[in-house]
Amino acid sequence: MSIAEPWQTAEIPGPKKAFVVSKTIVVSSMIKRSKRPLLVVGHESLKEDIDGEMPIDYMIRLAEKGKIPIVATAHIIGEFNKRGYSKASSFSLIEIGERLKDPDWMGLDGEGQYDLVLMMGFPYYMSWLVLSGLKHYALRGDKYLTTISLDRYYQPHASWSLPNLSLEKWEENISSMMKELEAE
Amino acid sequence: MTIKNVKLQVDELETGLGTFKGLNVTIGRLIEENLDQPLGPTPFPSITDLRNWDRKLLSRYPPFYLPFCDVCCLCTFGKCDLSQGKRGACGLDMSAQQSRIVLLAACIGAATHTGHARHLVHHLIEKNGGNYPLNVGGDEVDIDAPVTTLVTGQDPKTLGDLDVILDYTEQEVTHLLSCCHTGMEGDNIDFESKVLHAGMIDQVGMEIADLAQISAYNFPRGDPDAPLTDIGWGVCDISKPVILVIGHNVPPATEINDYLLDHKLYGKVEVAGICCTAIDMTRYNPGAKIIGPISWQLRFIRSGIPDVIVVDEQCIRTNLIEDAQKIGAPFIAVSEKNCQGLDDRTNDPADEIVEDLITKKVPGVLILDPEKVGEVASRVAIEISPKRKKKGIFPSIEEIVEGSKRCRSCLACQRACPNNLPIPEAVKMAAEGDLSKFSSLYEDCVGCARCESACPINLPLHSYIMKSSEDRIEKEKFKIRTGRGAIQDIEIRRVGGPIVLGEIPGVVALVGCANYPHGGEEVAEIAEEFAKRNFIVTATGCAAMSMAMVKDEDGLTIYEKYPGNFDAGGVLNIGSCVSNPHIAGAAIKIARIFAKRNLKANYEEIADYIHNRVGAVGIAWGAMSQKAASIASGFWRLGIPVIVGPHGIKYRRMLLGRREREEDWYVYDARTGEKVYVGPVPEHLFYAAETKEEAIVLTAKLVMRANDTSKGRAIKLTHWIDLHRRLYGTLPDDLHLYVRKKSDIPLTMRQELLENLEEKDWKEQEIPDPTLLKRMIRSESD
Repeated sequence: MSIAEPWQTAEIPGPKKAFVVSKTIVVSSMIKRSKRPLLVVGHESLKEDIDGEMPIDYMIRLAEKGKIPIVATAHIIGEFNKRGYSKASSFSLIEIGERLKDPDWMGLDGEGQYDLVLMMGFPYYMSWLVLSGLKHYALRGDKYLTTISLDRYYQPHASWSLPNLSLEKWEENISSMMKELEAE
Repeated sequence: MTIKNVKLQVDELETGLGTFKGLNVTIGRLIEENLDQPLGPTPFPSITDLRNWDRKLLSRYPPFYLPFCDVCCLCTFGKCDLSQGKRGACGLDMSAQQSRIVLLAACIGAATHTGHARHLVHHLIEKNGGNYPLNVGGDEVDIDAPVTTLVTGQDPKTLGDLDVILDYTEQEVTHLLSCCHTGMEGDNIDFESKVLHAGMIDQVGMEIADLAQISAYNFPRGDPDAPLTDIGWGVCDISKPVILVIGHNVPPATEINDYLLDHKLYGKVEVAGICCTAIDMTRYNPGAKIIGPISWQLRFIRSGIPDVIVVDEQCIRTNLIEDAQKIGAPFIAVSEKNCQGLDDRTNDPADEIVEDLITKKVPGVLILDPEKVGEVASRVAIEISPKRKKKGIFPSIEEIVEGSKRCRSCLACQRACPNNLPIPEAVKMAAEGDLSKFSSLYEDCVGCARCESACPINLPLHSYIMKSSEDRIEKEKFKIRTGRGAIQDIEIRRVGGPIVLGEIPGVVALVGCANYPHGGEEVAEIAEEFAKRNFIVTATGCAAMSMAMVKDEDGLTIYEKYPGNFDAGGVLNIGSCVSNPHIAGAAIKIARIFAKRNLKANYEEIADYIHNRVGAVGIAWGAMSQKAASIASGFWRLGIPVIVGPHGIKYRRMLLGRREREEDWYVYDARTGEKVYVGPVPEHLFYAAETKEEAIVLTAKLVMRANDTSKGRAIKLTHWIDLHRRLYGTLPDDLHLYVRKKSDIPLTMRQELLENLEEKDWKEQEIPDPTLLKRMIRSESD
């Protein structure tokens, strides 16, 4: 299996497929360049154990280092609060997806739409469909919203996606992004 | 619709032939007028008759499309790339194409139920005659067919009357399907309106099917105390021959039952079922056994327990005959819709068919005569059972270990699994002799066997999972209440007021298939959460079965713990898929019995009533099929929201409200004609939830309606806030949108909520007599 094949074998997206994030600097640079980034985190960020931590902990640190607001989907807002991170907003995945599609939505803070959306922690098929909805409908002027999938499975409907990775490699990638975000 | 029916009644007619007295002439078919109500504005509505109502709903809940892929491949112009604003060769854009696919799914669902109803009605008229009376509840049910009456204006009283209604549903499905042709409809909102029409037609088709079978087969008639019966793998006495029936269309199963009874064989043969035929079989005879929902097919057949397998229609795994052959069980297909490549032996003598099946001259047969199926299946089971000796095809533990050692670690199994189950990890452990991981996959496995198809070395992985869990599965035995059918008028009289005023917090309908993200236990958990909170919990089909397959610490299932009446805290198994309209029917009957609204051909007004007043929510946690899509569509047109499980997002279109868009949440006050803000109630019409916690909290939110009294709203807010706190760990941040007056605030939360509301700059609002229809303003209609 190539690292840039859809994780679910039958998920064939069509002509427009995500670029593979082969170097994490691509992601960290996009975050740095973005004026209005947003990180959307789902309940599967609570699914795996990485030496006593969970992906949600990595997402909190990534958000802080990249100064990215977080949307917690499903029921997991309380998990952010438990970890001392009280800045997350709560929306469901499809509610936030529908709002991100709308060029007139003014965002969580009323300051306007987002130009970069990162997603992590979703069932593969939910993520692929919401990313597809954004790919086809989330217009920003004459361009479409840039989306990045940070799950450890290649998501073809994103603009950019991490490839299929083991948990260890995923941890290395996210840690590397965080280091790059810290660097000047 | 043009109805070419004419009825002439002449008291006395003098002609050249003589004088005729009391002459009645009927041309075409008519249904006698029974209900003393005026005919509403939309009898037998065409595709466009309710378009304005649909557009009201769709402007509040605009579609959010989630395309599977970038292309359309439905015609030979294509494939066409529709990505990012492109149009196909026919001119369609992505939104229209997605809504077209949704319409196709809804048409398939509606056609399936209508076809099912047509077969049933045809069969039952042949057996009993067209004048056979309908009876769904005796004296306890006055409005026999609320959905049909609402849609068509007719009040059917005989099997023959149903025949007329089916002419209409078939016509509409044909028109709707034609709209999916290349170069027809081009606007996505018009496609969506047609989806709602298909859903409404589907409800009529289902209602007809269930009316017919309840009446002719003497199923429970709105019986809250319908008997408890057995469900689970372990319900069969495997020392006896076992006949397994699978599907949805019950006549052949009833004939098996009758043959066994008539020949004094009943009790000597086990008759067990999977999916809705099983539910309906137990409505016919509570002594029949239910194995489980749709996902139990492969695993149960591979166990070798069934001696004969009888398949009718819908949701049947389409290559079951292969597994039937492997266990040496003769296979009998009984529906013209599902012939399985088998020879049609309908007109052959039963003796010959039995002989051919027992001697394995043929692996299976097609028999389109239910009575003959009854005889053949029974005789074959009895004769072949001692020879088969319940030969199954589950591998031995040693074979699992050896097979697992051959694994190439290619991950194809996991990549094929809809739930991304860690099968490679289980294989790795099994290769070392540890089957615990395989066993742990049992609950989450939906039984699709895509892992096996994907495996390059053909490991029977689904069987590995089942064999590893065999000890547990064999003991599975639960209690389920048999499907009760309609809701009685007296029950509606009792609860209509409390529901409309909000004092019974809501009606939760758990429906649909078994494509669960984490097993069926979640359905039971959702159901019990609301039963404990005095909601009315109704269920049908696979959801009704899954709910039964969980016991508490005292060994009781939900049906043993909660009463079966339509009242606060009731848990009702309504019946099979085609029983769903009894749930919609209850909402419709509230409008009639409690509010004295006219039902006949008065769809828009009643849907408006339900949308603004009846706090009902559908949950299809394992929705899988096109039928589930059309069932949901039928609820949407009545303004009833539906939540699906995460896999339901693959229906590729949601209908979402936007709570902060104030302009979307105004209604007319029917008393004054003023437009009044009522808040986002209900907030969404179709919604895929990521987790069961999300679904539970959202359900408690979606039962709120514009008409709630302050007392009712306070009760609903109590449940929503309590659940939000428990499952989300926070207060809802949009709480202020759902409190209209200080008197809405639950007393126990008053101080805290007032502080919260103050932060949000909240102001009190009026509580109107809500309607979305201008014509319902009393001063306008006067």
